[in-house]
Amino acid sequence: MRYSIFSLARNALRHHENWPLAWRSPAPKKCYDAVIIGGGGHGLATAYYLARDHAMTNIAVLEKGWLGGGNTGRNTTIVRSNYHLDPNAHFYEFSLKLWEGLSQDLNFNVMYSARGVLNLVHSPADMDAAMRRGNAMRLNGIDAEFLSRDEIARRIPNLECSADARFPILGGMLQPRGGTVRHDAVAWGYARAADALGVDIIQQCEVTGIRIERGAVAGVDTPLGFIGTPKIGIAVAGHSGHVAAMAGLELPIESHVLQAMVSEAVRPVLDTVVTSGAVHFYISQSDKGELVMGGDLDFYNSYAQRGNLPIVEHVAAACLALFPSFGRLRLMRTWGGTVDMTMDGSPIIAKLPVPGLYMTGGWCYGGFKATPASGWLHAHTIAHDEPHSLNAAFTLERFEQGAMIDEKGAGPYAWAH
Amino acid sequence: MLLIPCPWCGPRNQIEFTCGGDATVQRPANDAPIAAWFAYVYLRDNPNGPHDELWLHSGGCRSWFKLRRDTRTHDILASARIDDDLATIAGARK
Ligand SMILES: Cc1cc2nc3c(=O)[nH]c(=O)nc-3n(C[C@H](O)[C@H](O)[C@H](O)COP(=O)(O)OP(=O)(O)OC[C@H]3O[C@@H](n4cnc5c(N)ncnc54)[C@H](O)[C@@H]3O)c2cc1C
Ligand SMILES: [Zn+2]
Repeated sequence: MRYSIFSLARNALRHHENWPLAWRSPAPKKCYDAVIIGGGGHGLATAYYLARDHAMTNIAVLEKGWLGGGNTGRNTTIVRSNYHLDPNAHFYEFSLKLWEGLSQDLNFNVMYSARGVLNLVHSPADMDAAMRRGNAMRLNGIDAEFLSRDEIARRIPNLECSADARFPILGGMLQPRGGTVRHDAVAWGYARAADALGVDIIQQCEVTGIRIERGAVAGVDTPLGFIGTPKIGIAVAGHSGHVAAMAGLELPIESHVLQAMVSEAVRPVLDTVVTSGAVHFYISQSDKGELVMGGDLDFYNSYAQRGNLPIVEHVAAACLALFPSFGRLRLMRTWGGTVDMTMDGSPIIAKLPVPGLYMTGGWCYGGFKATPASGWLHAHTIAHDEPHSLNAAFTLERFEQGAMIDEKGAGPYAWAH
Repeated sequence: MLLIPCPWCGPRNQIEFTCGGDATVQRPANDAPIAAWFAYVYLRDNPNGPHDELWLHSGGCRSWFKLRRDTRTHDILASARIDDDLATIAGARK
């Protein structure tokens, strides 16, 4: 069924009791032309673009839990393309363009809100870095605007912009087209659209082994039995390392925990995404009214999907330094997600050394905004057995070749990016 | 919160410490092949379970030491001075 004002009205008259299920839950077939491991945004998007653009409709997405139960449903929903290095800038800008049309494409409202992402500048060094990045973005055709402290104070009245602030604000770099997207809607929208094109989405189906025969991919083992396929796309975020290990590969990736938290819901008080690199803090207000906040990693390897209190305290302290008036709000929930940190902070969207094996991963703490482009390029790479020019740099081999894409110049420490 | 047993100072709050990552990687010989250096610098086991790590008691005695911690639960299983072997510590689980 196509969602529209008419379907809404019709179903309202029937008390919303007859909406069809958004996707089927079929039993897996014995074999598929391709199997995607992981039913987060990236896996579902891969399946959708494989079916839509590459006529590969005999495919399955296997998810060990439920759709979007991983980082797709745990992130702080910020989308932007304010990157410095060319491969990242081109890739994330492609993604932002896909976000701009995604609700129409999928016939599902993903609530892309171009409310602007503002990076605060607190020091002369910050200023140099912001100018350098802003200019690099503009050279790549990406929107970037410098805002003075007075403009920021006018636009964001709650922000502590006085000269004697704990973290004085000298200005900020705004990407107006950056903003937020409703995270669950992304998983559901891609799932529904992929299902409509014939993709089998199978939840509660963990891949426990990858079978390799005569040097190439032959299929996957699951609790529901062996599923044969000549092509496997891995899209499992924090589990990239141990799923790749099923095919005998070791990755330049560590799994870490990133936390986020929300306040109780209040009326609209903040209509821009505000971030501060110096304070390690970012905040936005959800449509429900909660202030959504996050900060740093916990800085140790983890698969626990929860973190510890020092980071919560750090985020709360940063929030109060920048937005003193939020001090009366209660923190409602905190949670964590297992993020796949690469050694240069950039992703891997590539053919792997085993024929028929592909991955999109290494998303660190910033892969939500990449979802459409990652799926699009992963699908292209799987269908053509070679990368598109937009993901040609995001190989696994770049580490061995010294061709790192290290946005921060932080070196080979997974937690430093 | 993690209560981290520094082998020199005893159990202390995690905020006094800095994690230095995987303690199992071994620096190759200077003339080792490039593949060995690549593995040392970039590749990690990244286990889903017990993980041997280097930690620095940065807000305390400033010594580096080894810690075995379960990455699924954050349970701390053993700690050892930098030259000691974690596996030989009494009560250590693997
Ligand atoms: C707290 C937090 C805040 C974040 N904030 C932002 C942000 O503001 N902006 C941004 O761009 N990014 C952000 N990110 C990063 C972003 O959430 C992720 O990079 C992105 O969602 C990854 O999507 P995915 O589809 O690859 O992974 P996931 O959504 O994690 O999906 C992977 C799926 O694979 C499944 N899986 C794993 N192993 C197996 C197996 N063996 N068999 C079958 N299925 C398996 C998992 O169950 C999971 O559902 C944040 C992350 C966190 C944790
Ligand atoms: Zn000590």
